[in-house]
Order: sequence, then C-alpha cells, then structure tokens
Amino acid sequence: MDFFIQLVVNGLSVGFIYGISAMGFVMIFKSSSVLNFAHGELLAMGAYIFLVLVTWLELPVYAAFLLTMAACFSLGFIVERLFLRPLIGEPLIFVIMLTVGLAAMFKGLILLIWGGNLHTFPDFLPSWLSLNWGSVAVQPVYTLALVVGTIFLVLFGIFFKFSSQGIYMRSVADNQRAALSLGVNVKKVFALSWAIAALVAGMSGIILGIINGVNVHDLSAIGLKVFPVVILGGLDSIGGAIVGGLIIGLLETLTGGYISPSLRDVVPYIVLVFILMVKPYGLFGQVEIERV
Amino acid sequence: MLLAVNNISVVYSDVIQVLKGVSLSVEKGKIISLLGSNGSGKTSTLKAISGLLKPENGKVTDGEIIFQGRHIENQSPEIITRMGIIQVLEGRQPFKYLTIEENLRVGTAIRPNKSYKDDLEMVYNYFPALLARRRARAGYCSGGELQMLVIGRALMAKPELLLLDEPSLGLAPLIVREIFGIIKKINEEQGATIVLVEQNANMALQIAHYGYVMENGKIVMEGKAEDLVENPDIKEFYLGMAASGDMRAYRDVKSYRRRKRWL
Amino acid sequence: MRKRVFHPCGNYHENYADQLKVYETDYGRFFAAAGLIVLFGLAPFVSSPYFLYILNSIGIAAIAAIGLNILIGYTGQISLGHGAFFGVGAYAAAFLATRLEIPFLLSVPAAGLITALVGLIFGLPSSRLKGLYLTIATLAGQFIIEYVLVHWEDVTKGTMGITLPKANIIGLEISGDIPFFYVIFIAMLVMLWLAVNLMRTKYGRAFVAIRDNDRAAEGMGIPIFPYKLLAFAISSFYAGVAGAIWAYYTVSITSEPFNLGLSVEYIAMVIIGGMGNMSGAIFGAIFITGLNELLRWAIDLMMNMGMVTQTGLNLAPLREFIFGLAIVLFILFEPRGIAEVWRIIRSSFRLWPFSY
Repeated sequence: MDFFIQLVVNGLSVGFIYGISAMGFVMIFKSSSVLNFAHGELLAMGAYIFLVLVTWLELPVYAAFLLTMAACFSLGFIVERLFLRPLIGEPLIFVIMLTVGLAAMFKGLILLIWGGNLHTFPDFLPSWLSLNWGSVAVQPVYTLALVVGTIFLVLFGIFFKFSSQGIYMRSVADNQRAALSLGVNVKKVFALSWAIAALVAGMSGIILGIINGVNVHDLSAIGLKVFPVVILGGLDSIGGAIVGGLIIGLLETLTGGYISPSLRDVVPYIVLVFILMVKPYGLFGQVEIERV
Repeated sequence: MLLAVNNISVVYSDVIQVLKGVSLSVEKGKIISLLGSNGSGKTSTLKAISGLLKPENGKVTDGEIIFQGRHIENQSPEIITRMGIIQVLEGRQPFKYLTIEENLRVGTAIRPNKSYKDDLEMVYNYFPALLARRRARAGYCSGGELQMLVIGRALMAKPELLLLDEPSLGLAPLIVREIFGIIKKINEEQGATIVLVEQNANMALQIAHYGYVMENGKIVMEGKAEDLVENPDIKEFYLGMAASGDMRAYRDVKSYRRRKRWL
Repeated sequence: MRKRVFHPCGNYHENYADQLKVYETDYGRFFAAAGLIVLFGLAPFVSSPYFLYILNSIGIAAIAAIGLNILIGYTGQISLGHGAFFGVGAYAAAFLATRLEIPFLLSVPAAGLITALVGLIFGLPSSRLKGLYLTIATLAGQFIIEYVLVHWEDVTKGTMGITLPKANIIGLEISGDIPFFYVIFIAMLVMLWLAVNLMRTKYGRAFVAIRDNDRAAEGMGIPIFPYKLLAFAISSFYAGVAGAIWAYYTVSITSEPFNLGLSVEYIAMVIIGGMGNMSGAIFGAIFITGLNELLRWAIDLMMNMGMVTQTGLNLAPLREFIFGLAIVLFILFEPRGIAEVWRIIRSSFRLWPFSY
C-alpha cells in the first residue's frame, strides 16, 4: 500500500511539473493558435542558461534565476521577432512547420554549445522544503514546483480573464483579421505571448533540470510530452493543462511501477489516441464554434 | 475635408489590379455611401483606407490617401486605427469564443489604459439587444446581434471615421432597417463620419448624404444622395426600377447599351 | 494527328478536360521524355557508386514524400508519423520476405497495404478531429509505432533487427546499386503517375475540397470522414512501399531510423519542395537528401583534414541545425517551396519580356 501511495505522490508531483511545463505551450496556442513544436527546446534553453549562471559563473541562485527569466523572456521576444513576425497572416500550417524547423535549429545549437552530456545543478534547495508523511516523502523540488506553479497559474487566470491585454491576446487567437481591423497590436500580442511562454518554459526547464539533470535530449522529449498533456486538458485551457499533467504523471508512474518501465513513456500517447477518439476537444477544451 | 483619396491604384500580389484610379473625398460628420456590384472594388477601397490591404498582399501602387492632412497610404493598420479610422469588416467577424462584453472591450485596443465603462454604456444604449446577451459567447449569437456587436465594437474605439462594409449582408429586412436607423443615429449623435459600402442601394441612399458608384475598379458616378436616387441610370441599375418607375426588363437592349457606355 | 501546342499566350481553356491536362504544352511532354531518357539511359552508368546510392536514396524518399504530399499538400492534414509508417512498411516487407517467403514483387505492394491498414487505424481520430488535433494524433502514432517496433519481438526481433533475403524478380536477382536504381525509379515513376492521375479524379478533387474548406465540401455532398481516411490510407501506402523497397535495398533493418526525426524530414521535403505540387515532393526529396549528404560529407572532410578532430565530432549537431535553418528559411522566404521557384523561373522565361 505504501508503494502505491508513494507512486501516486510521485505521479502527481511529476504530473504537476508536466502541467506547468505545458503552461507556456498553452500561452502561445491561446494567443496565436500555433502548436509550438520547439517547446522542449525552450525548456532546455532555460535549463542551460541557468546552468551556465549557477555552475560556471557561480552566481547566487536567486540572481541566477532572475537573470535566466530575463534571458528567456528576451529569447522568446527575439524568436518571435526574427521568425514568427514575418509569418503573421500566413496559413497556420506554415507557422507550425516553422516551429518544427526552429526545434531542430535550437537542438542543434544547444548540442553545438553544450554537447549531449548530462549536467547537474548544485544542490541548492533547503531541506525544509521536503514533506514527509510516514514512509511517503515529497522531495523539496516538488514542493517548490507546487508553490511556483500555483502562483503562475493564478496570475495567468486573472490576466486572461480580466485584464485588457489578456482579452486582446485572446481576440487575436480568435480572429486575427478582426483584431487587426480594431487596431489590436497583433505584433505586440505575439511578441508578448512568446516572451511570456519562453519565460514560463525557462522556469519549468530549471525545475526539470533540478529533477532529472540537464540534457537536451530529455528536455526536448518532455517538450513533446506536452502534447498528450494539453490534449487531455484541452489545448486552450491553462487549468486544464495542469489537470492533464496530473493525469499523465499518474498514468506514467503507475504503469512504470506495476506494468513495465519501458511502457512508461508510451502510455501517455496511447491514452492520447483514445481521448481524442472519445472526446476530441480534450476534457476542458472549448468546442470549436463553426459558422459558415 | 476629413479624408481625401486621390487617384489610387491597388494591386494584389503584384499582378491583380483591382482599383484603377479611385478618388473620393469625405467631409467631416457626413455619411458617404459607396455603391457598386460585386467585385467593383468597394471593399478594396475601404481596405486601402484602413490599411488592411497589407495582410492580404495588396498594395496602393499609385495615388495618395490623406487623412486629416497626413498621408496614410500603405501604412500599417496599427497606425491607421490609432489615427481614428476603424473598419467594420464584411461578413461580421466576431471573436467567437469571447463573450459579447469581451468583444466590445477589444474595441478599446487603440486607447488602452483608459476607462471603458462609459463607452460600454453608450454602446448598450444604442444596442439594447447586446446588453441582454452580454455574457453570451459571440459564437452563439444571431446574425443581427453580431452585426450590432461588430458596429458597437468599432464604436468603442471612438472612431473619427467609421468604415462600414455591407452591414446588411444576410440580414432580414426588418433588422436591416433597424441597423440603418442606428447608423444614422450614431452619425447624428456622435458626429461620427461614416463611409458605408452597400449592395442595398436603396437603404444606403436613404441615410447617406453623398454617394459614389463604382464599377470595375473605377468611380463612374457621384453625387448627393438625393440626386442619385433621382438619377434614371441609378434607378434602373441599382434600385431595380425602369426610368418610368416600372420594373424593368434586363434584356432591354437599349438599357444594356446605355450601361455599357458609362462603364 | 492533333495540333501541337507550344506557347500558350494565356489561360484559354475551352473545356474541362483542358484544365485537367498534365502537360500544358507539348514542350512539357518533350522535356519529360528527354529527362526520362537521361535518367534511365545515362545516370546509372556515369555516376559513381556513392552518387548512385544518393540517387537511390532520393528515389525512395521521393516515393514517401509524394505520399505525404497527398496528405499534407492536397488534403490539408498534417501527419507527424510518416517516418514510423515508413518503418512499418520496411518491417512488413522484412516479415513477409523472411517468414512467409513472399517474393519481392508481391511483398512490396503487400507491405504497402499493411502500412495503409496501420495508417487507417491512426487516421481514425480524423473522424472527429480537425487540423491541429489530428496532427497530435499522428504524433502519438509515431511514438506508439516506434514502441511496437522495438518491443514486439516475435515479429520485429526487437533491437536485433531483421536481415532480408535478396530481392528477386521472376528469377532475376536484384542486388547492387544499378539494378536497384531501375527498380526504385520505375517504382517511383509508377507511384508518381498514380498520384498525379489520382488528383485528376473525383477523389483528388474531393481531397482538395476538404483541404480548402471541409465544411463546404461536406455541404457539397463529399463524405469527409471516408475521404480523409482514404487520404491517410493512400499516404501510408506510399510510405509503406517506400519503406519496403528501402528494406530490400539496405538488406538489414533495425528500428532506429524510423524516429520522429525521419517524420520531420519528410515534412521538410514536402514543405521545402512545395505543398500541393507533385513535382514539389521530388524537389524536396532531392534537396533534403542532398543536404544531408552534403553536410555529412563536409563534416567528414573536416575530420579527415585533421584540423578539427575533436571539434569535428562536436560538429555533428551542425547537421541538425542547418537542417532546421533550411526549413525556417524556406517557410520565411518561399513558403510554396522549390516547385514555386521553378514555376516562376519557367514562366518568367516563357513570358519574357511582358510579365503582365
């Protein structure tokens, strides 16, 4: 029984991290309907930048974290500026394919700079962050993830529902031409959503890096795992992404623990196919409204 | 003179020329109506003014558009909208997933950080139907409600110049009458200058002060609305009446020749 | 004898059949014939074995890319599982050839059919899904197939891989680059011919209708679901055939090559070549395969020169980088691909000096 509970706790912790990793992805989708296949590489960028600042420049953790956030924000901004801005108004398929190309570019770039080896952060989390109930334990990093993730979640919820900028961002996702005709600054919206998405991705990348170590192959694989997560939750729902993450995390650890470790990584995708067949817009996604 | 369009040509994708020297002028506080058959270039004219040609790979290749003394041809829509020109797109383009009220709030995009509460009230005054549905998703509203929504959304921007593209498209005659009534009211009460593109020439000329008729990317006739209504050609080709006031027979060779002559 | 057509001075089609013509002018017909003669009569004999190997790789890639183009370019459905389907074809052929001892000529189309069936299964979500969600379903397909290829050891022998017997056509043994050159390119031409003509039938037009506006297509009485499935099946069939031929060509197969990277490569071929254009798939295959080989060659060269032995090893990711860069640049500057560049060059010659 303890084994089961520990698995559930692990699953939920991992799942929550999947959820917050997916938040950046959902941000981009919400504002521009773009599926970002380079999301895993954005996660990796955050983790590597943090790695450089902490281990090689030996900056204090807080400073390194803030600097990484700033760097990721600018990175998202630059990426949008250089690659996505020229495509405003083009069919979506091109934009999505562009992110596929970007993913390959970034991965190549990261490998060129840092190589494919596994790096680790120094252990900097205080031990009081770890929680224990009897034999069941939660590692400090998961507690940290829970706190940080919840903060981001609430902030985004408020931002999209009530703030003007949030409503403009949603309007662009909804009908770009109409938004343009009303003077919504579509470029600014895109730039902002990419910048915020990269920032959140960087944050998740750091957390993932603390857990698994920093390796571009692993991180970009997690970038793809974002897909089952967001599909489960519905592509456009940030809260849904968290729930989707929790479900996928649970499924993974339970399969890994009871059936076979090698099946672990495929289970999310098997579930994904079934979900899509039964509930095509995910558990929380909005049904597409079509008027001809 | 609020807006002057001087002899503009518009070319899409560098090859397809749709406007061949269009000139028109818009006086402050007036309703100008732009009539013409499908494909005559009305919508392109509006898009040239509002800057929305650009995303469609169109360009003003010749001529000039002057708004309040400033050249705006080939400017980006962000800049043009901030100068106070708002276009209401053809075919009602709501934000389907946003509620009515959120849709209206997008209208404030050109002047963010200012309070929008009063403007919301003003729009709800003109369109009480929207107030009842303010929490509903726009995607689930009827055509009439949507047309009111998109006009209201544009009003939220407090435009100097409102470009309306076929507000009567696909609406029941009663609703059309209602909407045109409101457009006239907006013009009178808010002092908004309006350029109205319409197929429903009859309706449009009733509320407009001045009218232009376009064919094949050119302006072929212009005049005061009340003169245009009396013009025998307009009567025949756009209002569906023969010169004598009877329904006309299109096969009438003479009128065909006459039409050909002024195209 | 009918009148020859050389320089049309505009788009003057007189009937519907005219618009469906494959060759607009007899020039096109002539150049196609000349190209074929050079390809079959000359190419295999003047090229080095290495270059021939590249040509063969291009041919195989082109078959798969044509299939993917039917799906992406004509039906408007993005598939991220094409590489895995290619693998299914390879394994199906290997299984048929080693266990059931089915001859080459039968096992290749049979492998295609098996792949088409697998494709159908992953096409099923398209019943209720549009664009984006479907893309993700195919992504799932990619991972699931990869897993099955490694773990269904009874059939695939897991990581050991399978070694295929020599291909055999009515007693004639096919091995080595030159015989395979003929097999591959004849197969490619047949598949190309099928694809081009498929697009001129009611099925092809239905695909395009679905791509352009599926609601409207449905309104016109096109049953969308069966047609989308059909497009999926056809595209998988192409991948399967290509995979099967590839399996015979490389003799020994393992599951490693059929990863997401391969799927992305095929998508890149379709995009860079030109979506919705049959010649585009071939251009794309040439470009991507050529780029791959060029980069490999450049890196090898640098390693051999000794100046970058250590860094040479680290330069391997450069391939991935440039590959991504190529996709990005094409989408930014010529989203309709090489086929469009080619068309512009051709028509500017044809229309010179009066371009409009």
